[in-house]
This record gives sequence, structure tokens and C-alpha cells, in this order.
Amino acid sequence: MHEMSIALCVLDFVEEEAARRSNAVVKAVHIKLGALSGVVKQALASAYDLAREGTNLANCELVIDELPIVVRCNVCGAECPAESIQNIRCSVCQSAEIDVVSGRELEVAALEIES
Amino acid sequence: MSGQTRLVEVRTKILKQNDVVARALRQEFQQAGVTVISLVSSPGTGKTAFLEVTLRSLRDRFRVAALVGDLATDNDACRLARAAVPIKQIITGTVCHLEAEMIHAALADWKLAELDFLFIENVGNLVCPASYDLGEDLRAVLFSVTEGEDKPLKYPTIFNTADIAIITKMDLAEAVEFNHDSARANIHAVRPGMQILEVSAKTGNGMNDWLELLNLRREQAIDSLEPVQI
Repeated sequence: MHEMSIALCVLDFVEEEAARRSNAVVKAVHIKLGALSGVVKQALASAYDLAREGTNLANCELVIDELPIVVRCNVCGAECPAESIQNIRCSVCQSAEIDVVSGRELEVAALEIES
Repeated sequence: MSGQTRLVEVRTKILKQNDVVARALRQEFQQAGVTVISLVSSPGTGKTAFLEVTLRSLRDRFRVAALVGDLATDNDACRLARAAVPIKQIITGTVCHLEAEMIHAALADWKLAELDFLFIENVGNLVCPASYDLGEDLRAVLFSVTEGEDKPLKYPTIFNTADIAIITKMDLAEAVEFNHDSARANIHAVRPGMQILEVSAKTGNGMNDWLELLNLRREQAIDSLEPVQI
């Protein structure tokens, strides 16, 4: 369970950004979570709820955008979602000669700021 | 109460802080000429036994050392100390994985330039360590024949973030009816083309392949440091 430390990192980042923007009120933080990020969406959501309680960011919602694993096939050239996380291959030609081009994301994408 | 909000794009890695420290470590390791190998597995796979044999096998030819992470106790460090090389235990308390900053702190009083190989044994956990870069050159994921051939399918992320898979306790393979083909197919399903070694730290079988691989890594690292002749 490292989702709590991830949640704390998110809150730290939002706090810094809010301070940098003249103490802006952040209504929500949007994050991108790749299927290969090693972070579980539900666990992160729960950890986040616990972590924000009683802080300045108690009303800042967490919006999680889950991203699939996308591979580029070195055989047929397709860029497509992998079959599944247990079967990382080209879903067009089934080749395993692939590079993972996305799916490892663990990043803050945007902030919703009250104006 | 305006209720109006605007969306501001920020695009920042959540573990930015860890990544920054990991990048600095990687640079430091490169400058010092030390090859850094990390080991991840579930608890009980035999990381410590594997590491002890590795350290013993390398210590006559190379300057080796190891950091070992656990939530509590220095039992592993005590076991590894039998290999008579520098060992340091990192006790993480409640943290289920090692982070780059812990490596940085643990190395504060070590002279990296006096090492050829540094091994980092992560906390026994196949989930959380996947998200944290430690600045290592090579990440090996270990799983033992007693854990079941479908381990890679259950923990695809850690297999996907590692560079090589090592199947341990091969001396027990027959007793537990371990199915090589199925295990290898499962590894390749979650990480196509991944190099796989099968070893027994107890009998020493397969350990030569691992030591050769380390040798090769070391030579490649040295070659990349050689000034280019014009």
C-alpha cells in the first residue's frame, strides 16, 4: 500500500501550486493513472479522502483519469492498446515485438481553480 | 461564492521528487563507476540467499557492497554480513518499499568510487516498489518455483518495470512440479522478450549465468566511460 504516500505527494503539489497562484482555491485536481503505474485507483481515491481531511484542501476533489497501455508494434507498425496487462502484445497482429508508448503515467494533469 | 472554475493544465509527475533524487543518484553512480543492481520479489523468494551467494562469488574480483531494505529488523544485514563485504540495513518502519531518498541517505558515509558493484535488496513486496526509481542500472525481479507459475500474471506491473526475471529455488522445482514453459510464457506475456535466468542459490546451479551477466554489465559500463579515440 503506497497509495497513501502518493496521495500525500498529490496534496503537497496542489498546496504548492495554490500558494504559487496567490492562494488560489483549488476545487479539484485531475490526475492521469496509467495501467502500468503500479497504483490502484480505488486505493488511491480512499487514501486521498483520508489524507485531505482536516487540511486546507479538504474540499479539493480528486479526479482520476485511467489510461490504458498503448503499444507501438515493430512488426505491423500499429499503435494500439495492448491486448491486456497480462498480455502485452499488439492487438492488431498479435506480435510481441512492441514498445510500450504509454500506460506508465502517474502525473497531475490539471487543476480546477476557482476564479 | 462565484462557483466558476477554470482548468489549468500542469502536467507534473506525482513522484517528481523521487525521480529527481533517482536521477541524481544515477549520475553519481555513473561518475563513481559503480554498477548498481536492485532486487525485488515477494517476501520469502530467497533474495537474501541469492544475494549472499552473489556477493561471495564476486568479492574476490570486485569491490562489492549491499543495501538491504526491510520494514523491521536487521536480520538480513546480519545474514549478508557473513559474506564479509560492506552491508547496510535500511529499516523503513511502515513504508512498504524503498525510495530514492532512502538510498541517498544510506550512502552518505560510503565512498562510491571505492565500489564496483552496489546491490540494493528492496523490501519484499511485488506491488509498491514498481513505482519508485532508485537510480539503479538493472532491476531484477525474482520469483521462486514454490510461488506458482502464474506470479507474473498476478503482478504484471513489477515484471514490466524490471529488466530481467530470475526464477529462484530451482533445486525444489521437481518436488513442487514447477512448469518451466508455463512460467516462461507468463513472464513473456507481461514483458515480451524479457531475459529469464533459472537459479538455485543453494546448489549454485545457474548462478554462473547471473555472474556472467553482471560481468558483461560491468564491462559495458566501463566501455561507455572510456574516452572516445579520435
